[in-house]
Amino acid sequence: MLKGKAFKFGDDISTDDIVPGRLAPLRSNLPELAKHVLEDLRPDFVSRLSPGDFLVAGKNFGLGSSREHAPLSLKMAGVGAVLAKSAARIFFRNAINVGLPLLICDTDAIDEGDELEVDLASGKVHNMTKGTQLASGRMAEVMLRILEEGGLVEYIKKYGDFELP
Amino acid sequence: MGKTLAEKILSWNSGEDAQAGDIVIARVDLAFIQDTTGPLTVRQFRASGFQRVANPGRTVVFLDHAAPSPNRELANDHRLLRQFAHQVGAQLFEVGEGICHQLVAERFASPGEVVVGADSHSVTAGGLGAFATGMGSTDVAVAMALGKTWFRVPESFRVCLRGDFPRGVYAKDLILHLIGSIGADGATYRALEFTGETLSKMSISDRLTVANMVVEAGAKVGLFPSDEVTKGYLEEHGRGQGYRPLAADPDASYERTIEVDVAGLEPMIAKPHAVDNTAPVQELRGTKVHQVFIGTCTGGRLEDLAVAASILRGRRRHPDTRLIVGPASTSILIQAMNAGYLETLVEAGAGVVPPGCAACLGVHQGVLGDGETCVSTGNRNFRGRMGNPEAFIYLASPATAAATALAGEVADPRGFL
Repeated sequence: MLKGKAFKFGDDISTDDIVPGRLAPLRSNLPELAKHVLEDLRPDFVSRLSPGDFLVAGKNFGLGSSREHAPLSLKMAGVGAVLAKSAARIFFRNAINVGLPLLICDTDAIDEGDELEVDLASGKVHNMTKGTQLASGRMAEVMLRILEEGGLVEYIKKYGDFELP
Repeated sequence: MGKTLAEKILSWNSGEDAQAGDIVIARVDLAFIQDTTGPLTVRQFRASGFQRVANPGRTVVFLDHAAPSPNRELANDHRLLRQFAHQVGAQLFEVGEGICHQLVAERFASPGEVVVGADSHSVTAGGLGAFATGMGSTDVAVAMALGKTWFRVPESFRVCLRGDFPRGVYAKDLILHLIGSIGADGATYRALEFTGETLSKMSISDRLTVANMVVEAGAKVGLFPSDEVTKGYLEEHGRGQGYRPLAADPDASYERTIEVDVAGLEPMIAKPHAVDNTAPVQELRGTKVHQVFIGTCTGGRLEDLAVAASILRGRRRHPDTRLIVGPASTSILIQAMNAGYLETLVEAGAGVVPPGCAACLGVHQGVLGDGETCVSTGNRNFRGRMGNPEAFIYLASPATAAATALAGEVADPRGFL
């Protein structure tokens, strides 16, 4: 069970918003890159984030560049999971591959600062502030397995190959 | 039930009867990385315990995104990638040889192949009929090592093109129109499959431009069937043996069909800060522009430089508007030199940068100043994309870009042809 508070963002947040191209020199220094996550949209995001807090967004989260540094930096900055109405496909797969949970649900029912509990096994999102519960879409079984192992590197180290259920 | 192009290729490469919605493990015919995503691939490859790649001759490392390296950190990333290429026997394309997607088209991709690259614009090779898609660094690390990856077989949208392109309207205008009509997430997870009478009149350059930008509508792949034009292109590049006829079955099942009468299109432009924020160029006429950039995997091919040269010939850029030109590969650079396009462009006031991604992604060679505006032939205009969140990027065809460089403000190319 993940617990934290919601940081609310809008629609169409690109991977350029998350880690802009001008920071490419920091891509081999992930702890430093993680200090800059989303700074063009919200300069105080990283400083206000507590480990495990949730990034809650609208539709098409993570569009654009395939840079895996985007979900990696969000994870390293302390984001416990991303909740969005929809996500761009490369970002979705990258998030799971680096062990950052991403749930698709109706995020209109969540406001900035709401306290949330997320149960990854059932996909249920409990909004403790509002006393409501949200269901999230189910991801492909192969993605669930990868996420359960903590990411694709761990999965491959364990199985050595892709195992389709 | 017949198959879409996506279902057909994924069936061939998985040995399964692949249908939309299935999860399959498919053979990967080509896997590549570039210098801003590749270092992470190398680290994940090593962290996974891999020593070797499955197919060294079809594993490629490109130094194009920040090349020549603008600083110490990225120079060290280049170092890491050269060492990796040497270690596993992968092919290495050095600084100045060109943009990965252009080189994949010229040297590697063939119809019916599965191509994965650690770059979202890997979809470009769909113009040649390859199931080409972008992935993250770790997925490509595993694909390089195992020679395969898993895919969810996408549902397909059929895009039927009819009519002839009017004068001054190009493939770039078509794809901007399409993205503007379906939206930046209009084709998320889908394959866009192009068909119709207009295809026979579209060069591979045109098809690569269209396929390149399908990801800006969220698509996983943008597929063109193969035909005589594809065959001619492969033969021209000494790869005629890679040709295979490829077409969707007539009774394939499509989630949606989109009809576009190309004859009815006009020059289009994408306004800041979203690719689907499109408008006819006419509506933006008079917008002051500080920098024009003609290049990238979308708009830096020989045909693009030719049309720009035809507009700029014997003329001079506006004194307040700088012009940067970046050919997409060395072969394009040489052909543009031999055809006189480069001389024309330089005489018109262009600064020419080496083949590579250049100003497109905001690390070097054309970062914008605060409050400045750029018209680019590239594929993304997100806030901050060209290195400065206080700048404004418009996307247009090479013809519109060239006309804009002359006028110093957004201009309709039809007045300059």
